[in-house]
Amino acid sequence: MMTLLKIIKYQLHDLLRGKWFIIYTAVFFLLTDGLFRFGGDPGQVSLSLMNVVLFIIPLVSIVFGTMFFYNSREFMELLLSQPISRISLYLGLYLGLALPLSAVYLIGVGVPFMYHAGIQTGSYWILLLVGVSLTWVFTALAFLIAVMSEQRVKGVGMTIVLWLFFAILYDGIILFILFALEDYPLEKLTLILSLFNPIDLGRILMLLQFDIAALMGYTGALFSKFYGNMFGSAVAVFALWTWCAIPVWLGYRAFSKKDF
Amino acid sequence: MLVLRTILIITIMSSALWAGLVQVGSNYHYTTVAEGLDVSLSGDTVFVHPGTYVESGLAISHALTLIGLDNPIIDGNHSGEILTVTADDVIIEGFTFKGSGLSHLDENAAVRFEEANNGRISHNRFEDNFFAIYISKSENVLIENNIISGLAQTESRSGNGIHLWYCKNINISGNSISGHRDGIYLEFVEQCEVTQNHSTENLRYGLHFMFSNHNEYNNNRFDNNGAGVAVMYSRHVDMHNNVFADNWGSAAYGLLLKDIYDSNITDNQFNRNTVGLYSEACNRIQVEGNNFENNGWAVKIMANSMDNVFTHNNFLANTFDIATNSRQNFNTFSQNYWNRYRGYDLDKDGIGDIPFHPVKLFSLLTEKNEPALMLMRSIFVEIMDLAESYIPILTPATLIDAEPLMRINS
Repeated sequence: MMTLLKIIKYQLHDLLRGKWFIIYTAVFFLLTDGLFRFGGDPGQVSLSLMNVVLFIIPLVSIVFGTMFFYNSREFMELLLSQPISRISLYLGLYLGLALPLSAVYLIGVGVPFMYHAGIQTGSYWILLLVGVSLTWVFTALAFLIAVMSEQRVKGVGMTIVLWLFFAILYDGIILFILFALEDYPLEKLTLILSLFNPIDLGRILMLLQFDIAALMGYTGALFSKFYGNMFGSAVAVFALWTWCAIPVWLGYRAFSKKDF
Repeated sequence: MLVLRTILIITIMSSALWAGLVQVGSNYHYTTVAEGLDVSLSGDTVFVHPGTYVESGLAISHALTLIGLDNPIIDGNHSGEILTVTADDVIIEGFTFKGSGLSHLDENAAVRFEEANNGRISHNRFEDNFFAIYISKSENVLIENNIISGLAQTESRSGNGIHLWYCKNINISGNSISGHRDGIYLEFVEQCEVTQNHSTENLRYGLHFMFSNHNEYNNNRFDNNGAGVAVMYSRHVDMHNNVFADNWGSAAYGLLLKDIYDSNITDNQFNRNTVGLYSEACNRIQVEGNNFENNGWAVKIMANSMDNVFTHNNFLANTFDIATNSRQNFNTFSQNYWNRYRGYDLDKDGIGDIPFHPVKLFSLLTEKNEPALMLMRSIFVEIMDLAESYIPILTPATLIDAEPLMRINS
């Protein structure tokens, strides 16, 4: 446990020295602040930030995560020559990146919200929750890819393909399926399909905040049950965190067997 | 209020010096309302003292002022109609009417006016009735400041709060109505004014009218009704400054218009409805200065609607702004404010230089395939919408706002 904390602490020092983090914070800060200054009310600002969160956070987390892992190669080899368990090292590296990334997001979005609108309810908290969850999920996926693939170029390429798949292609495939199988009852299928994409899960959590009036216009009984109360949100949050836990576990398994 | 009431009572009492005055109460000669009504003569005033009177089938057949002191309760015990008025110049004030009988054959009301002109029903409470106020074939009736609440469970076993049939010149104002089938229902009614009412949590419609021309509805609030407000088959309707809010469901509309001609819908608020304004086969309607905010669909306009004008409205944070079922467009959208508009205004005249396409491709897709609603706001869908807005292929190319406003209308 102590070694884990020490590794996280070292990571923080290392990361905060880099320019990356400052830029990442500044982007969120300026964006949120700007949206408020251009006359948005808190609801509208959350809505505009939603697309940014769903688009940028997965991309940055997954690309930055793999690069970070590759760059830590020598540090890892050094530490592994010491009597340190692999689980502390792996979790230390993971938490050492996921924690500051999500903290930076919370500061970048939260602070402008605080001084423009005070503490808000509903959509604001969901926005923060989704942003943090996606950071954790995509950092976990980044580490998994980096552990599995030795070659840097291949690894980074894979992350971008994976991001493109989740962010854009997946929804295109769902839409294709929906129209190809138009004649069948599809509401169960769509709900199940959306569980297999963390970005969709985040999006649905937000939809439940912003577009509930339209969603209630849907006639399916399962949908209104899913959307009509907390049940839908609870399922989505649970699925998101499963999306985080499974890659971390798979990544650790590969990492513990890896021959350095 | 109390002072006014006292003055009113005193004036009525003094006028009662030459007209007759009948007192009803447990300590008086007449202990039931029926007896009091029986002995009264035309032009009399009947005072009913506090208490509960379990009576139904009461009838007024001559001009009369019926006043309840401190809200006496007339309990119909769920059998038949409580009070039926068949004479002109009847005033009913200050009662609590309870429990008119449920029937599948008769439309039993707590208070019914049948061919009774120049009447007034004011400051009463209506609780747990089948129909509360039922006016038929009457003119110049004033229905004001009543509180009407029902315990409706199903549409087939409940009646309307205020029901008008073949009436003229009725003024309905300041009432609050809840828990009925339709809050306010009008059929074959002309020259009515419906103002400052609050109709909420009714099973079906907050306001429902058909075949009722030349009427005016203003400053009302209709919210949380099962299916919102529906108005059909009428001409020259004026709807102004009303609030239509929080009507959610697969068949819920802030305001549903069907076959409405030559009407004005101005300065209303449409908030958080599944569909804000739905228009089918409506012609020559002026929709101006309304606020559409946080609706699922702000406006759904079917292709059989023609020559309607939408101008100076605000469209804010709706999931979809406009939806339609055709590639043709016979309506005018001009100078509205759309918060989705991303154009520019180089000559600074407050009007955007490029037109706005309010119909999204995705809204067409969801019409065809409802489960696709799941993909709302996904990046893939946004890209599709963007491409479609530059080169319209499936969405109506002529349904545009050529002069979108850069700033919100206040």
